[in-house]
Amino acid sequence: MKTVLVKGGRVVDPKNKLDGVMDVLIEGDRIKKVAPQIAVKADAEMNAKGKVVTPGLIDIHVHFRQPGFEYKETVETGLRAAAKGGFTGVCPMPNTSPVSDRRSDMEFLVGEAKRLSMGRVWPVGAVTLKQEGKELTEFGELKKGGAVALSDDGRPISDSNILRRALEYSRKFDLVLMVHCQDEELFCNGCMNEGFVSTQLGLPGIPVEAESVEVARDIQLADLTGGRLHFCHISSKKSLELIRQAKAQGSRVTAETCPHYFHLTDEAVLNYNTYAKMNPPLRTQADVEAIKRALKDGTLDAISTDHAPHSESEKDSEFDKAPFGIIGLETSLALSLKLVEEGVLTWPDLVRKMSLAPAGIIGIDRGHLSEGAWADVTVIDPAAEWAVDREKFESKSRNSPFLGWKMKGRATDVFCEGRHVLRNGEFPKGSS
Amino acid sequence: MAVENGVENVTRWTRKDLLSIEELSREEIELVLKTAESFKEVSAREVKKVPALRGKTIANLFFEPSTRTRTSFEVAAKRLSADTINFSSSGSSTSKGESLSDTAKNIEAMHVDTIVMRHSSSGAAVHLARSIKAGVINAGDGIHEHPTQGLLDIFTMKERKHKIEGLKVCLIGDILHSRVARSNIWGLKKLGAKVTVCGPPTLIPPGIERLGVEVSYDLDKVIEHQDVLNILRIQLERQRGAFFPSIREYAAEYGLSKERMKRAKKDVIIMHPGPINRGVELAAEVADGPQSVILDQVTNGVAVRMAVLFHTTMVER
Repeated sequence: MKTVLVKGGRVVDPKNKLDGVMDVLIEGDRIKKVAPQIAVKADAEMNAKGKVVTPGLIDIHVHFRQPGFEYKETVETGLRAAAKGGFTGVCPMPNTSPVSDRRSDMEFLVGEAKRLSMGRVWPVGAVTLKQEGKELTEFGELKKGGAVALSDDGRPISDSNILRRALEYSRKFDLVLMVHCQDEELFCNGCMNEGFVSTQLGLPGIPVEAESVEVARDIQLADLTGGRLHFCHISSKKSLELIRQAKAQGSRVTAETCPHYFHLTDEAVLNYNTYAKMNPPLRTQADVEAIKRALKDGTLDAISTDHAPHSESEKDSEFDKAPFGIIGLETSLALSLKLVEEGVLTWPDLVRKMSLAPAGIIGIDRGHLSEGAWADVTVIDPAAEWAVDREKFESKSRNSPFLGWKMKGRATDVFCEGRHVLRNGEFPKGSS
Repeated sequence: MAVENGVENVTRWTRKDLLSIEELSREEIELVLKTAESFKEVSAREVKKVPALRGKTIANLFFEPSTRTRTSFEVAAKRLSADTINFSSSGSSTSKGESLSDTAKNIEAMHVDTIVMRHSSSGAAVHLARSIKAGVINAGDGIHEHPTQGLLDIFTMKERKHKIEGLKVCLIGDILHSRVARSNIWGLKKLGAKVTVCGPPTLIPPGIERLGVEVSYDLDKVIEHQDVLNILRIQLERQRGAFFPSIREYAAEYGLSKERMKRAKKDVIIMHPGPINRGVELAAEVADGPQSVILDQVTNGVAVRMAVLFHTTMVER
């Protein structure tokens, strides 16, 4: 079997409590050994001096738009964006057209990823048929097709009894339910955070409580059922207080946030910037601070992107008519690294939130560099300086509020199950 | 023009667009008001026309029905000798799914100098101005701003009260959904007025006090201090959003009745952007009474819009 030796990088692997200069030996599709100075003659060697070597990053919340919206993104362009951003695996949400609510939809996504031979795709199946919140999908079939989680993301499950039954039934298959918390009536026709900025701009507001009242309900339902519940894209201080309390009392819940919620406030919407329009919306500075605190104290388990590509013409419209969502795969790592620079997170914390914890949430044995583990490895140059350039995205879309931002740190090399899919920041010739 | 230390600072107009009053400086507002004063005289002449915009083309692009604002802009443009064209949403290509920027680019390709736009989306004018080179005048965008209405309201207040600094102005009614309220607040605050907003708690937008206004839910408590009562039109369809239980109760609490007027100052002036729901926000006797300046607002609207069209269209591009 082919061997690759990644030499002299700073290996950060929170599961194995590793943080030091070491070599990583990959054999075939598995990790063979991690140790200081491995003296073997490998088939290929890579000098990682000055770089940080981590288990492959995992993003459990992306939208790849296939099938149905291939003009926004496809599995192929999405996986290229993922690899460029340092991710070896992603979880696409099922709000496609038609909705990914059948076993064959899961098999299609897994098959596409296999054909492309880049990163892994672990699909999320819908909780309810057509994401209508009425009838449950066949959880067992979805799991057999490759689903690792269930979600109606993009739409809340308003009917409390449906969510209750879904949480109960999911226990048979040990599938996590990823919930998008949104009280439809409080949300109303809102298109940005409700507050002074929405008053100034004359845009219908979405109160924080549209998120937090559903967080409160869902905690109760998780307790009632014993089902595994994961909160998607938490944006507010109020929701975090509820989640912190629930975790302290032993509820089976986990939670994620996204980089835009710890870097931007609703002021990013000023001048009607549709690239700052997403759901849940950007909140206030107090929420930003609360999210950082919650990442630090573990209330927030994971950082995801909610990568939501939209075409230029869709975003080039009146603010209230533009779709919600921004892309994030190619900026997430550098934006999260700013938290390491600020002292909010340590390197091992960061790797936990972007690799080990996401793997744990979806119940896969990844996110670590143990001997015999899958050889998913991300090599990061922490000193690389770059600017976000709209012409340089691998994603099909450019809807990022971070255009022009100065960044520090980026993935240079990505190994997925031993395959060197990103090499020195480039895709090897001949790869798709 | 601003006068500081006895020296007159000549303010030059540099904008091809008028998108909001928020973006204007005090000096720019004063310049428009001064220009409007001189244009007002044109409408009183036997021959109501000056050649100021001869050879220029102004397009009215209205995506929401509006007879008075569109007519006012059209009269204003014609009195300045500009050529005008009207596009309304019904029957135009927007009903066929064309985007706003594409529609506007098509109009611009006909070498239109300035586009006057009314649109139901807040920020639509900002969006349009970003996509085209022609000038853009916001004739009302969603619930954001209606700058020419704000300017004509201020012009009318100044005409009647001879000053804005220190003037006590109360905006009454649906502040949340009012572009007129936002434009009034920005303009009046820049010129030093004391502004109160008064309406049911459901129709006061969050954080509005950060714009420097007083908030009241009780009209009877604040009415006696005011020099100007600017009544906002209550949109009857808002009842569906559970903002208030009935028109009857709204009228009882916030309607300007003859009875309620007894508490107001004798020389208070009553304003309304129109069209009026008689007997709801404004009693018929009050609307037609001696303190009402509602028709002056309409007359002044033409003068203010002439000033705005003149400055924006004649700016060096």
